[in-house]
Amino acid sequence: MKKILVAALALVLVMTASFAAADAIKIGVIGPLTGPYAQYGLAVEYGAKIAAEEISAKGDIQLEILAEDDQGDGELGVNAYNKLLDDGVTIMLSTVTSGSCIAVSDVAYEERVFMLTPSGSADIITQGKDNMFRVCFKDSAQGLASAQYIVNKGLATKVGVIYNNAQDYSMGIYQSFKTKAAELGLEVVAEAAFSDDTNADFSVQISKMKDAGAELVFLPIYYTPASMILQQANAVDYAPIFFGVDGMDGILGLEGFDKSLAEGVMLLTPFSADAEDELTKNFVATYTAAHGDIPNQFAADAYDGVYALAAAIEAAGITADTSAEDACEMLISVFPTIEITGLTGTMRWDASGEVDKTPTAVVITDGVYVGAK
Amino acid sequence: MIQFLSYLVNGISLGSVYAIIALGYSMVYGIAKMLNFAHGDVIMVGAFMSFSATQYWGMSPMASVLISVVVCTLLGITIERLAYKPLRQATSLAVLITAIGMSYLLQNLALLIWGANPKSFSSVISIGTFSLFNGQLRITGETIVTVLANLVIMIALTLFTGKTKMGKAMRAVSEDRGAAELMGINVNATISMTFAIGSGLAAIAGVLLCSAYPVLMPTTGAMPGIKAFTAAVFGGIGSIPGALIGGILLGVIEILGKAYVSTELGDALVFAVLIIVLLVKPTGLLGKKVHEKV
Amino acid sequence: MKKLSKKLTGNALTYLMVIVAFLLCELALSGTIEGFKMSRSLKGQLVPICVYIVMAVSLNLTVGISGELSLGHAGFMSVGAFSGIIASQWIASAFPGAELDLVRLLAALITGGIVAGIAGVLIGIPVLRLRGDYLAIVTLAFGEIIRNLINCVYFSLDGARLHFGFLNPSLPGTVFINGPMGATGVNKLASFEAGFLLVIFTLVVVLNLIGSRSGRAIMAIRDNRIAAESVGIHVTKYRMMAFVTSAALAGMAGALYGLNYSTVQAVKFKFDTSILVLVFVVLGGIGNIRGSIIAATLLTVLPEMLRQFGDYRMLIYAIVLILVMLATNNPTLRSAIDSLAARIRKRGSSAPKTTKEGDKA
Repeated sequence: MKKILVAALALVLVMTASFAAADAIKIGVIGPLTGPYAQYGLAVEYGAKIAAEEISAKGDIQLEILAEDDQGDGELGVNAYNKLLDDGVTIMLSTVTSGSCIAVSDVAYEERVFMLTPSGSADIITQGKDNMFRVCFKDSAQGLASAQYIVNKGLATKVGVIYNNAQDYSMGIYQSFKTKAAELGLEVVAEAAFSDDTNADFSVQISKMKDAGAELVFLPIYYTPASMILQQANAVDYAPIFFGVDGMDGILGLEGFDKSLAEGVMLLTPFSADAEDELTKNFVATYTAAHGDIPNQFAADAYDGVYALAAAIEAAGITADTSAEDACEMLISVFPTIEITGLTGTMRWDASGEVDKTPTAVVITDGVYVGAK
Repeated sequence: MIQFLSYLVNGISLGSVYAIIALGYSMVYGIAKMLNFAHGDVIMVGAFMSFSATQYWGMSPMASVLISVVVCTLLGITIERLAYKPLRQATSLAVLITAIGMSYLLQNLALLIWGANPKSFSSVISIGTFSLFNGQLRITGETIVTVLANLVIMIALTLFTGKTKMGKAMRAVSEDRGAAELMGINVNATISMTFAIGSGLAAIAGVLLCSAYPVLMPTTGAMPGIKAFTAAVFGGIGSIPGALIGGILLGVIEILGKAYVSTELGDALVFAVLIIVLLVKPTGLLGKKVHEKV
Repeated sequence: MKKLSKKLTGNALTYLMVIVAFLLCELALSGTIEGFKMSRSLKGQLVPICVYIVMAVSLNLTVGISGELSLGHAGFMSVGAFSGIIASQWIASAFPGAELDLVRLLAALITGGIVAGIAGVLIGIPVLRLRGDYLAIVTLAFGEIIRNLINCVYFSLDGARLHFGFLNPSLPGTVFINGPMGATGVNKLASFEAGFLLVIFTLVVVLNLIGSRSGRAIMAIRDNRIAAESVGIHVTKYRMMAFVTSAALAGMAGALYGLNYSTVQAVKFKFDTSILVLVFVVLGGIGNIRGSIIAATLLTVLPEMLRQFGDYRMLIYAIVLILVMLATNNPTLRSAIDSLAARIRKRGSSAPKTTKEGDKA
């Protein structure tokens, strides 16, 4: 038995020898590529690869995306991070989910590796870490913006919230929304939770909203459970204003979904796959041709993230030979100076790592996003 | 009062979905004496087949159900032949782990075939919703069909195991595998047959699950699989009427717990009730009491 | 007498295997020998490997030695992880400025072990009244209940004062356990050396328990409960002993795990993790402690080694799992392995090597 173990150990040690190609700068993507969150991780991988191919084709700099699976889990995230560094990655576009991102960013902070998360939205990710930047909005900002928007536009006086109490993303937005709503005098009349284990039947949550007379239901959740809520609310003739956040984006791309159910749904989102500008149209066409689906928020954030990294890499003069530590310090100083216009708007960063971009409020009308007035 | 009735109806519709999964689970357990953790994933495959048939190949809903039953039956037989049959003499835990491996295999195959993006399943049931008390109480067509399907399957299975030769062979294998073999029953064929029927039922369960709750992705079967396992144990695992009762009760408790206790603690509550029931009746509601032999 | 010495040799072999593996890893970590180095990827997995070894060995005590199928072992791990983090963070906050890393790590492990042990007693009382698959489903239920409850729990530190909230996140001070967002800002105190010592501690506890009078009583109950009862063995006491020991060790593993990352969430300890540990136990051989250690190590490393297969990684993992189960239970293959092992043993005894002599000591 002992001999087997020693042999196995030796095998492991031998197998992990790495080879680094010298021409392209390697960017590491860590995200859930299998398991229940695979749709988000794969979208990031695909979006990032499209951007890297476009940039490399121009010829100024060569980028290569290496993606590793973490199933949305911190332990596997750290494993994937180590594997990517073994493979010669010097810059991270990671990680996709918040929980894993907190675990990995902590290691990356100590080891001085630059990280730009496309979609890790928990507030704590960037706190106290100078190497950590993000493309998406942080959770609390979304909660605040949503409450502010509802009050400013006078959409409703009585609101209800359905949130996922087993998910950090949903809880983060919900908590900041609740605080801001109290501050602004917006009355939250009903709150109901669900979890990933009981995400099929929403009849109780919907009737709590209905009984409390909520005129607007805030849904700080992803589009998959939201699609069921819309369907089940429709079945009991309950039609308040449904108000979502960036996680709601993707609902119109849901294959087989009856878009008429989403009629009138409002959401704050920086990306819309239906936008008419050239950039979005090209991206959507390329993505759909390659993967058959309409890209969502995650793919767009990743695409913008690669362009932001490319801009920063050029500004800092990083090459494939720059070490991860050197690249980290160079990117930290350069990142707050760049400005790019991407799929999710015009973006600038401050030294704290938070992005400055404007979400647009859209209303789903006839199955497409229309800017809200 | 109407409010309560309405919750009860919702509980029954959720429970009937659990029950129809639990029926297949319980039958396979009762005869093959194994916890088939891949059952939930066969359900997922069934739903995907039906989805593909209607969305991509333009088939009618009824034809899609038929396709999905055929495919799942074949899948069940294949899985049994390749992965479970060689383990007939092994410990039950070895079979359990193989079933878990099979569950991972099916999920990851589905991920490669159908992709990670969720699909919205369109219901195969065209019966509309019944409204009572001026629309305060609604019973959806899906609920009615699922409950009826449950009853039909339960009666059919009871008759099948009680009256037919094959069914009697199944019961004999379930009672005492060795003795059944000595009486000239082909144990291997009987167990294979059990899997074929169980997987066919899984296809129907998958279609009904996704008709009622229309999100479909490679992990769709995992949680309902565990819930159905719970329901089967609740009712007394191996007992066919027990699976039905266990499933319905589980759904009702889940909905009433969320409605009257807390939406945050809904999951914990279901499991707490399960524990209490098992403490009072250690072999489930309708489970057979097993006398221990020295 | 001969049987006893064989058992002692077996135990010594287990310890020796762990120690040799540890020394080899340390050698690779130090990089003193040219070419014998450890990749970052493997280095990062050392602590999780130790954690999973402890989890597998402790679950083997329940499943293999005591004969109860438990599907909720990750629940104890999670109780240990969160209580360990609370202990460690509280000490840091109560005694600011002091260099207390080792004390904090130790306190976390002990707290994790004790709290998980208490959870084991509370859960064991109802669980151990049941048998077979009914017992299995109740352990599963408890695992899920624990996860659901931890999602509703909030802790904050305001200086030396610890505040607690249930479904109520507005607490004074800094919230460090934040419902579904889990524990954040954890100081990473776990190390491979601590993991190694915990593995050794677990082995000492489990192997001594198995070899003791109590251990024989536990196994007698497993093999035939009624016969054991009739010779005067207190069934509930011994089943409880195995269950609680197993829970406490899982709690310590959880505490070490919790302190290895800056964050940990309740969702990590779901049903899948319990199943994963059960896979280690079954693959290593039910009741075989050494097998559990090897299986836990190899199966933790395997998914990482399969990363080169990209999208097909988890598919291949599933296939490997099924094939290994089929192969290890194949009668022809099994007898072939047995005869091969017997031949090796024979040759080993006719020409004893130095390592073999060490085993016999």
